[in-house]
Amino acid sequence: MISAGVGGRQLGGDLAGAAVVVVVIPRRRSRSIQSTAAGEALRCGGGGIKNAWSLQGTRPAILASRSFSSAAKEMTVRDALNSAIDEEMSADPKVFLMGEEVGEYQGAYKITKGLLEKYGPDRVLDTPITEAGFTGIGVGAAYHGLKPIIEFMTFNFSMQAIDHIINSAAKSNYMSAGQISVPIVFRGPNGAAAGVGAQHSQCYASWFASCPGLKVLAPYSSEDARGLMKAAIRDPDPVVFLENELLYGESFPVSAEVLDSSFSLPIGKAKIEREGKDVTITAFSKMVGYALKAAEILSKEGISAEVINLRSIRPLDRATINNSVRKTNRLVTVEEGFPQHGIGAEICASVVEDSFEYLDAAIERIAGADVPMPYAANLERLAVPQVEDIVRAAKRTCYRSSSLAATA
Amino acid sequence: MALSHLSSTRSNRLLRPLAAAASSLCRPISTSTEPLVIETSIPFTPHKCEPPSRSVETNPQELLTFFRDMATMRRMEIAADSLYKAKLIRGFCHLYDGQEAVCVGMEASINKKDCIITAYRDHCTFLGRGGTLLEIFSELMGRQGGCSKGKGGSMHFYKKESGFYGGHGIVGAQVPLGCGLAFAQKYNKDENVTFALYGDGAANQGQLFEALNISALWDLPIILVCENNHYGMGTAEWRAAKSPSYYKRGDYVPGLKVDGMDVLAVKQACKFAKEHVLKNGPIILEMDTYRYHGHSMSDPGSTYRTRDEISGVRQERDPIERVRKLVLGHDLATEKELKDIEKEIRKEVDEAIAKAKVSPMPEPSELFTNVYVKGFGTEVFHS
Repeated sequence: MISAGVGGRQLGGDLAGAAVVVVVIPRRRSRSIQSTAAGEALRCGGGGIKNAWSLQGTRPAILASRSFSSAAKEMTVRDALNSAIDEEMSADPKVFLMGEEVGEYQGAYKITKGLLEKYGPDRVLDTPITEAGFTGIGVGAAYHGLKPIIEFMTFNFSMQAIDHIINSAAKSNYMSAGQISVPIVFRGPNGAAAGVGAQHSQCYASWFASCPGLKVLAPYSSEDARGLMKAAIRDPDPVVFLENELLYGESFPVSAEVLDSSFSLPIGKAKIEREGKDVTITAFSKMVGYALKAAEILSKEGISAEVINLRSIRPLDRATINNSVRKTNRLVTVEEGFPQHGIGAEICASVVEDSFEYLDAAIERIAGADVPMPYAANLERLAVPQVEDIVRAAKRTCYRSSSLAATA
Repeated sequence: MALSHLSSTRSNRLLRPLAAAASSLCRPISTSTEPLVIETSIPFTPHKCEPPSRSVETNPQELLTFFRDMATMRRMEIAADSLYKAKLIRGFCHLYDGQEAVCVGMEASINKKDCIITAYRDHCTFLGRGGTLLEIFSELMGRQGGCSKGKGGSMHFYKKESGFYGGHGIVGAQVPLGCGLAFAQKYNKDENVTFALYGDGAANQGQLFEALNISALWDLPIILVCENNHYGMGTAEWRAAKSPSYYKRGDYVPGLKVDGMDVLAVKQACKFAKEHVLKNGPIILEMDTYRYHGHSMSDPGSTYRTRDEISGVRQERDPIERVRKLVLGHDLATEKELKDIEKEIRKEVDEAIAKAKVSPMPEPSELFTNVYVKGFGTEVFHS
């Protein structure tokens, strides 16, 4: 008997009506678990299995018996987002989804697949191609107490609606002294994709993150995607949720805790993806993957890099960043967007303000090239940070660079 | 002489029961709710719909309430003018005097679960939704007793519990927002509607048409109300709109043109509109109205229109004068009684201003509150 996923029903057996939870191995193996040849097989029985409860954070209340799996559960970012939205829509009837192609088309990037069928056309609404109009309608619905999730096919199109995001959503709670709150989520892919050209490749993190009243989140892994999306939907404030098209198909391991429907991540907390002691590398979204690869390369050259996945651009987790820099004394900020007035600029300012005397080297800022995104593949590659750029910058902070080549 | 008249009125009030309007030399102000049918000034002009009847059912009590409410609004706006000139009100101050019939007539046909959203010319609309003079003057003067605790200002009044959603500074933005309110009402299966008010200037905004398209597609209970005062700031309607027939601009969406200076016509139109949208989706009401002041206190209002035009409208079409004539014509009150009401109002307004003037400004710590509902306050930057 095989079932998978949280809450699947076991067929037969005497379970006393318990839901079955797939026990998965977290990324760091902390216990040995019996394996079967069939991979994800479940075993249930009244005998109980020793230490099955030791999985951190899992506390399914009604579990009479449990089963476990040997293989790590992996989930794509796409599925992570889909499941998070699904679970929150199921839990709260006020949550609804609106955007272009989110319904019948199953989502331009299939993030909202299956939701129209499950929740119906009253809660999953396909809109015409009129961002200003439907974003305003979404914000108005939030004023009245509903909890909209507004999708922008990409954040480039959010510029058509940006007045509603900033002036109608972000500022309302303040201007009304708390009377009109706006529990809305604006989500969609942000930043560069592949070969889509200048009008479809901009990163809007710094534009939105500069505005008080907004919360701005940028997930990297599937755990981030699930936890931050759930937090965003539950949050009573307007949240800009910056996804990345190229990450949608990537798989990451997820623990049972992450898969639980009550899972969420705190807004405003960064995650230390990799601990290190020589240099701090901050990144968000796709660049976290690049930073981790850079850290691998650096470790072979004797440089131990600490990689911080920002997760939350506004509020920025200044405490985690500064504590890390105070430990390593060196900082490289990485982002895909334009350099001027970018996220790196803010992190740089924060570290200079709070931890200046701890810096042993100038801060290095890695960002996209200060040009509209070109189309040609070679130029596009030059316009976006690559792993080598991060490695070179980290070495420079360690005074180990071999040349004085500029970053761009 | 005035005193003896007063005392005889009072004794009359004691002797005679309050009855329907009856002709008599000396009679108390009528608070009767006996129906009275009055014709609107002109018929309604329809677009793709059957217009409502010109005969409006009202009653003496309602007419006197109209008089009182509009006179209060008028007095309030004139007082705001003086306060602005005395530099007690700062920034922008957009006054509504002349347009009072629109918000008063609207209130008469709806309830507080229906929603109203408007732009920045919102003082009177807010008052109509249940706001108080004290809250208004306090907010205008930036005091903590203001309806937005002093943090909003003239353009950002809100009263969510009475269905008033502001108070918006960006021209046209309130229309999609209003459609969103209607969306929520439909989602929640309330049998309520939303009125989104905008001016002839905003009527050309693209987002209006985007929101109207979606509202018509989804049958949202939204009424778009164009308060056409014929000038978008300094630009006359004929200079801004190829087609200034704003009630027709919805194309496939029905519309109605209404004399916005006739409070009974407004009431009738809004009642009609509410019934219409609950069954058929959006409708546009164009209120033909006029503002005596300029666009805002920074605009004298006479560089793009003649003083003759302004005084002409005041003579011929003033909404308060119309109701005064109706009341006197139907013998519902005497001239003196109406003047007494106005004196009372003046006193109320003056008292509210006096109280607001001495009330405290917000605490400095309020700078950082309400940025978010949940957590974080604001980012603290080193100064």
